[in-house]
This record gives sequence, C-alpha cells and structure tokens, in this order.
Amino acid sequence: MVSQSALERVELAGQDGAASAAPRIKLAVKDLTISYGKAAALKDVNLEIREHEIFGIIGPANAGKTSFLKAVNRMDVFNTGMHVAGEIRFNGLDTRHLKNVYALRSRIGVVFPLPVGLPMTVYENVALSPRLRGIKNKAELDVIVQRCLTRAALWDEVKDRLHALGSLLSGGQQQRLTIARALSQEPDLLMLDEFSIAVDPVTTMRIEDVLKELRREVTIILVTNLVQQARRLADRTAFFLNGECVEVGVTEDLFTGEVKDRRTRDYVEGRFG
Amino acid sequence: MANSNTVPGAAVAAGGAGAFDRRDSDWYVDKAVQGLVFLCGISAIVFVLGIFIFVFKEGVGFIFHHMNVREFFLTPYWFPSDADDPEYGILALMAGTASVTGLAMLVAVPFSLGAAIYIAEFASGKTRETLKVLVELLAAIPSVVWGFIGLVIMNPLIIKWFDVPVGLCVLNAGIILGLMAAPIMTSIAEDALKAVPDRYREAAEAMGATRWQVTYKVVLPAAKNGLLGGVLLGVGRGFGETMAVLMATGHAVNIPDSVFDSVRALTATIAAELGETVVGGEHYQALFTIGILLFLVTFTVNLTADLIVRGIRKG
Repeated sequence: MVSQSALERVELAGQDGAASAAPRIKLAVKDLTISYGKAAALKDVNLEIREHEIFGIIGPANAGKTSFLKAVNRMDVFNTGMHVAGEIRFNGLDTRHLKNVYALRSRIGVVFPLPVGLPMTVYENVALSPRLRGIKNKAELDVIVQRCLTRAALWDEVKDRLHALGSLLSGGQQQRLTIARALSQEPDLLMLDEFSIAVDPVTTMRIEDVLKELRREVTIILVTNLVQQARRLADRTAFFLNGECVEVGVTEDLFTGEVKDRRTRDYVEGRFG
Repeated sequence: MANSNTVPGAAVAAGGAGAFDRRDSDWYVDKAVQGLVFLCGISAIVFVLGIFIFVFKEGVGFIFHHMNVREFFLTPYWFPSDADDPEYGILALMAGTASVTGLAMLVAVPFSLGAAIYIAEFASGKTRETLKVLVELLAAIPSVVWGFIGLVIMNPLIIKWFDVPVGLCVLNAGIILGLMAAPIMTSIAEDALKAVPDRYREAAEAMGATRWQVTYKVVLPAAKNGLLGGVLLGVGRGFGETMAVLMATGHAVNIPDSVFDSVRALTATIAAELGETVVGGEHYQALFTIGILLFLVTFTVNLTADLIVRGIRKG
C-alpha cells in the first residue's frame, strides 16, 4: 500500500517536472459533466488552472462549484449517485484512470465549508496526514505540526493546548485547524470550499492573508460565494451558473466590466444571485 | 365548546364563563392516557424491584442461617442433596460460568466487531440492508435452538475433530454462546459506528486516507465508548444465558483445566435443580442466593454498559 502510493507520488511529480517553462498547467479540465441521476450538476466545463495561482470560482447556489471540487479529488468514488464524465488532468495525469485515488487525494488538500475538527487532539489532527504518509519520528512530527499551525495562523492560540480535543476549539479556530490539516498533507493543490461561511470577518481576513502567502508554494482553488473575496484573492476567476461555466477570466477584468458574457457582470455587480 | 375556546372574550360576555371552569371529556381522556402511560413507564422499575425483593426474600434465609461465606465462594463442592452433610460451594459453578462467558467473548468480540465494521463502513446499499436484517434475525433465534445445535451438531464434531470422549464442554458452550451474543453486539457496535458523523469520514478520506485508515484512525476511536458498551451488554447476555449453556456444557460440577472439560454454569444449576427442591428448604434457598448473585452481576454489567453508551451520546 505504502510503496504503491509512493510510486504514484513519484509519477505525479515526474509529470510535473516534465512540463515546459511557460505558465505550467496544474489542472486541465476538458468537457467535464457531472450528474446526479438524471439531474446534471455541471455541463461541459473546460478550463485550465495554472501552477501557483489562486483560481477563484464564484457563482450562486446550485452552480456546481462543490461538485467540481469533488470531481477533482475523486470523492465521487464513494458517492454512488454521482456520475462524472470528461477529463480532469492533474499535473498532466488523467485522474479518471488512476490506479490509486488515495495517492491523488493525499496531494490535494480540501477545506470544507463547515469546519471539521476530527474527534482527536489538535496535535493529532495535524499529525494524522504525516502519519498516514508513514512519518513516525516524534521530533519530525512536532516540526510539521508547529509549521502547519503557524502557517494557518493558529499556532499562537493553541500552542498551550495542543493536546486538547480539536472539536473543542471555536468555529473559527477549527476552520484554521482544518486548513493546518490540509497543509500538513504538503499538498500540491489546495481547494477551499466557501471556507469563510462559519468564520468571523476578522479571522476570515487573517486566513485570506495566509492564502496570499501560500500562493508561492501551492496552487489554490478558492470556491466562494463572496464575490469580493474572489476579487481580493484570486488571480483568475471562473463564473459558474446553473451547472455552466459561463466565463473564465483575469479576476480584475471581471470586476471592471471587461466580460464576455453579460450574466457575469450582472452577478458580479449583485443584480442577481 | 369550540366557539367558547376560540373566542373566550365573547363566551364570557355571553355568560359562558363556566366553560373555563368545567372539565370536559378531552380533559379526562388526557388525564387517563397520562396515567396509563405513566403506569407502563414505571412498570419497569416496579418489576425490577419486585423481582429483586422476591429473589432476595427467598434467598435471604440461606444467607443468614446456613451460609458459610468461605465455603460458598471458595470451595468447589456442590452437593446440595447429600442428606447428612450437604455442601454448597459455588466456586466450580462460577468457574464454569466465567470460562464459558470468557471463551464466548473471545469468539464474539472479534467476530461482531468485524461484522459491524463491514456493515457500517464497507458494505453499501443492498448488501448492507440485507446483512442488517439477517443479523436481527440471528438475534431472534431462541436459545434452546442454539442449545440444540450444541448438543446435536457441535458435540459429535468436537469428539471427531479433537478426539475427546465428550464434546459437551467449555469449547462447545463458549462457541455457541459466542455466536448467540454476536448479533446483539454487532447491532450495538454498528449503531455506535453509525453515530460517528459522516463529515469525519469525508474529511479523512479527502486527505487520502484509505477506507481502513479512516476506520482505524478516525471512526473506531470516536466510537470506542459505544463499542465497549456493546461488548459489556454481550458479557451480560452471556452471563445470564441458561438454556444453551445447560445443554452444551455437559453440566458437570468441575473447575475446568482445558476447554475440553465439562463444566456447569450458575444459571444452569438453578434451572436444573429448582424443580427438585422443597420450597423454602435449604437447597431451595441456596439456589436463590445464586440468583441474587447473578442478578447483582448482570445488573452491574448492564448498568455500566448503559452509562458508557450514554456517555458517548452526550459527548
């Protein structure tokens, strides 16, 4: 199991290194269609996400944003009703035909809308992923835990209660714990799904600062229903509406009215949604 | 009536103030139903207390007049029908019950935990539903049927496979009792696993954990209280089980050296001997003293299990 996942990891990294010097494509999505039974959640989406960019996805409810994320890290495997067609290439590798989806998922960090502090201590929460990777050395784990919590802007608040239950932290703290946990995966791609729903504005700003820092190291997909958040953070943004990817463009262009589709401007300016 | 309720002011004005002061049929029905369900509700307490008082009353004479505590608990000689010098030592009976229950747990715990993990974490859709129904069905098989299986199927098999003279022994009863306790334990363990929220599983899965890693690292630790409660309820069940144990142990007073020795359980002793005793006699009272002991042990085990299971619901 371990050796297989390690193999896959090498393969993923190898593909990465083989790409050219121009903006490298982290994720290439071609004709992606997702359906639940007869209802289509996403239709014929085509887009490319570049390495080290923050890619925003905005759109009202039921636009298919969350389904998109689920398809990327193959959460459809255990979701029997979900059907995915099309192609998603991660570092050039077709994710629909991987032998080991666990290895793929371990390279992709996900932060869900509601914070999920796993029912274990703060320390264990962050150490879980490294341990799954096979790191047993206590000192090494200590370093990883401190680094991830620091990067998630949580270290100062929890350094004295690392061994308290993670689920006892406040909502905002738990969300940062979730982010720290995602970072502990040393992900290649970080996906945040409306992370600020259960977080107060001050904490949201702190997390946004963290994300700006992280951009240098990881590629980030930021799904948000706060269009201003996308404007503050995203380099490029896609607008999803009712399962359709209406438009992909440089974020600033979308907000200054340089849009290809009128619906994008209407949504960004708050005329519907 | 309805009018005076919906527009009370009008009723008062019309001189119908009496409606507020009169108890109508709805009021009486309500009171009657309350009384009835209250009776049903507290009947559990009444029965438990009633049974305890009865058992205690019947056994107390022995405890105060005939019982030698050391002989009772520490000697293995159970000769209640010796006319001159009856002996009442239950050490061998306790050893019988303990060995059979212990072996049963060795069989039932891994088996039912495995089954519960499969049903709750790995199986899906139809498989899961079918298995759940079958497990419930298994739990409903009467104990005498299990005893029959021990007597007629397991007995010759054990004689044949292990080349021993008698197949009614600790091994036989332990396996039978283990299989009997497994469905209940599976059912409770599965409930405990289901009580772990799916968002924990999703979060761990999204990190790249395999199903087994999710189960082992996240779900089992989160469900451990419920699982422990389930195991304890299984122990209680094994301890109190009578018929299957009576039929499969060989019913011989003996402290077992190996799993192929016949033993006799506390419960089976009561079942087998009570009919032959003189009501109110020494032997009769001695059996009720065993009853008190069983009652206290199962009560403690079940109460502990219940408190542990409640613990997780709260936390």
